[in-house]
Amino acid sequence: MTRRRTAALVLVLATIVVAGAGLVAWLNVRGEDPLTGDAGSFAATPEQVARGAYLARAGNCAACHTDRGGAAFAGGKGIATPFGTVYASNLTPDAKTGIGGWSAAQFWRAMHNGRSADGRLLYPAFPYPNFTEITRADSDALFSWLRSQVPVTQVNRPHELRFPYNLQASLAVWRALFFTPGVYEPAPERSAQWNRGAYLVRSLGHCAACHSPRNAFGATRDSLELSGGLIPLQNWYAPSLASGAEAGVADWSSREVADLLKTGLTPRGAALGPMAEVVFRSTQHLTDPDIAAMAEFLKSLPQAPAHRGTPAKLDKAVQAHGEVLYKDHCASCHGANGEGGAGPRGVVYVPLAGNGKVLLETPANFIHIVVNGGFPPTTAGNPRPYGMPPFGPSLKDDEIAVLATWVRNAWGNAAPPVSALDVLNAR
Amino acid sequence: MLRVALAALASMTLSVAMAGAPPTVPDTMAQRVQPCTACHGKEGRSTQLGFFPRIAGKPAGYLYNQLDNFRSGRRAYPTMTYFVEQMSDDYLREIAGYFASLELPYAPPQTVDAPPDEIRRGEALVRQGDAAHGIPACVQCHGAAMTGVLPAIPGLLGLPRGYLVEQFGAWRTGQRKALAPDCMAKIATALTPADITAVATWLSAQPVSLPPAAADTLARPLPLACGSVSP
Repeated sequence: MTRRRTAALVLVLATIVVAGAGLVAWLNVRGEDPLTGDAGSFAATPEQVARGAYLARAGNCAACHTDRGGAAFAGGKGIATPFGTVYASNLTPDAKTGIGGWSAAQFWRAMHNGRSADGRLLYPAFPYPNFTEITRADSDALFSWLRSQVPVTQVNRPHELRFPYNLQASLAVWRALFFTPGVYEPAPERSAQWNRGAYLVRSLGHCAACHSPRNAFGATRDSLELSGGLIPLQNWYAPSLASGAEAGVADWSSREVADLLKTGLTPRGAALGPMAEVVFRSTQHLTDPDIAAMAEFLKSLPQAPAHRGTPAKLDKAVQAHGEVLYKDHCASCHGANGEGGAGPRGVVYVPLAGNGKVLLETPANFIHIVVNGGFPPTTAGNPRPYGMPPFGPSLKDDEIAVLATWVRNAWGNAAPPVSALDVLNAR
Repeated sequence: MLRVALAALASMTLSVAMAGAPPTVPDTMAQRVQPCTACHGKEGRSTQLGFFPRIAGKPAGYLYNQLDNFRSGRRAYPTMTYFVEQMSDDYLREIAGYFASLELPYAPPQTVDAPPDEIRRGEALVRQGDAAHGIPACVQCHGAAMTGVLPAIPGLLGLPRGYLVEQFGAWRTGQRKALAPDCMAKIATALTPADITAVATWLSAQPVSLPPAAADTLARPLPLACGSVSP
């Protein structure tokens, strides 16, 4: 009897496992188009190639697929994730090591379904959860342009992921849980410009890859679109685009949004850190209509109430020390009252009074900038940027903590305190 | 009532101050490159004790090559990479040109009271090299006065000893590279650690008087091929 029961139990469990595996497998290949045509059967038009070059900028492919000092689009750059390092692949049309042997349909399957030409499931460090919404026409244009590049022989470097993240089976389960191939569905009640902007932001622009929160499994959550996320392992926080208290632009003019994306510098703030790279490599190269479209969409994002936390209560000593530190190190550029500084051509040093980046509940970016300084990117609109000196070498952790806390609570600013430990963590 | 009026007046004054002309920022390169001076010293002249090299007055071509090396990963120093990675070639050239154009006094030499043996060995390597080990003299490329040669060979004087030693170490381990063929990597590998120390000690013990201008040309061709120098 017992034996029978055990056998029955095993049978039931086995059935569940097999059914589960079948379900996961099915979820991983659902919605795939048949692979028609081969590498040789795709003939690109000059228009497609030109369009693809532009789209590669819009998608900032080079940010990952061109290694520092390496051949363009030959891959090899490591993307650090909490699960290990994923290495970007060779996108040049080399037949053996690149995508020279791929068909347009296989490229589409990679972009839309996250599966490589050889059938392997791709890691979502390649942001196909966003790219899945690009159109087939745009995918083909990108493919056309990549195929027109100089082939580079460079073997793809294997990923260095920890167990169990290194297994295709684990990735299959992840995809079953968190990835659904999608198509951009235009919102009929919105303008064509808004829809264009939404398409660029959600698909190629893959803004959500940084600006949306991720769960413990590294998946972004659609329900919290663009509501801000900590960039794994980089100590930068990509602020919420859905909150005016962070980087939401609902109350910005379209011109200001465009200026930030095109020049990297506005009186509202400068693009530093990871966003400087985005402006430098991607958004500054986009057309004015596309930038205007992105601005319209971003301005329309539903705005969440501000989360600012409890402002610091500064005792007299901190108040006095902070004020002295500010006068000695910051006021000559950012002004005695945090009003910023301007040169003959407009803003140079952003105001700190009322600056959303300074006041973020998560002080990571502010500390990062005080410790490491930085330059906004060089762009056509700001070809000779002014920089911020790093204060990490000259100020101690507790001094930076006092200074940051003081600035976050001066001139009407109000934000939680910064501790010396916060500063240490950011170094 | 008076209080309210005073408060209103105060807030008006404040808003006028904030709306009024913010500080006018000088439209100069010196102002733009403030971040560089945090480590390289006022106007890039370095300091007597620090690790960071002087950049003021080095040949523009050399400085540009280094900025590009940091941007391209041939040299590795996170702060430098972070600063230059989103900069255009044009701006890097302008920054290099700015620091190259500065003629500033040098601090007294950093190294004093070095052991005489080390000083002798260092000077011999700098002036004569070590033919038996295939090591050319420093002066063969960096100029008889060791003040560099335009446009891309740097001067060797006025640099901290620790910086010099570390550069040789970085060349030996591949941490620092230049455009191929990488002549300094070859030389650094041929030198013994004791020789490296001796060279760095002697170089950092030399006083520098103005003008330490780089030479226009070398008297003889380079003793070995250098990717960052050839046109």
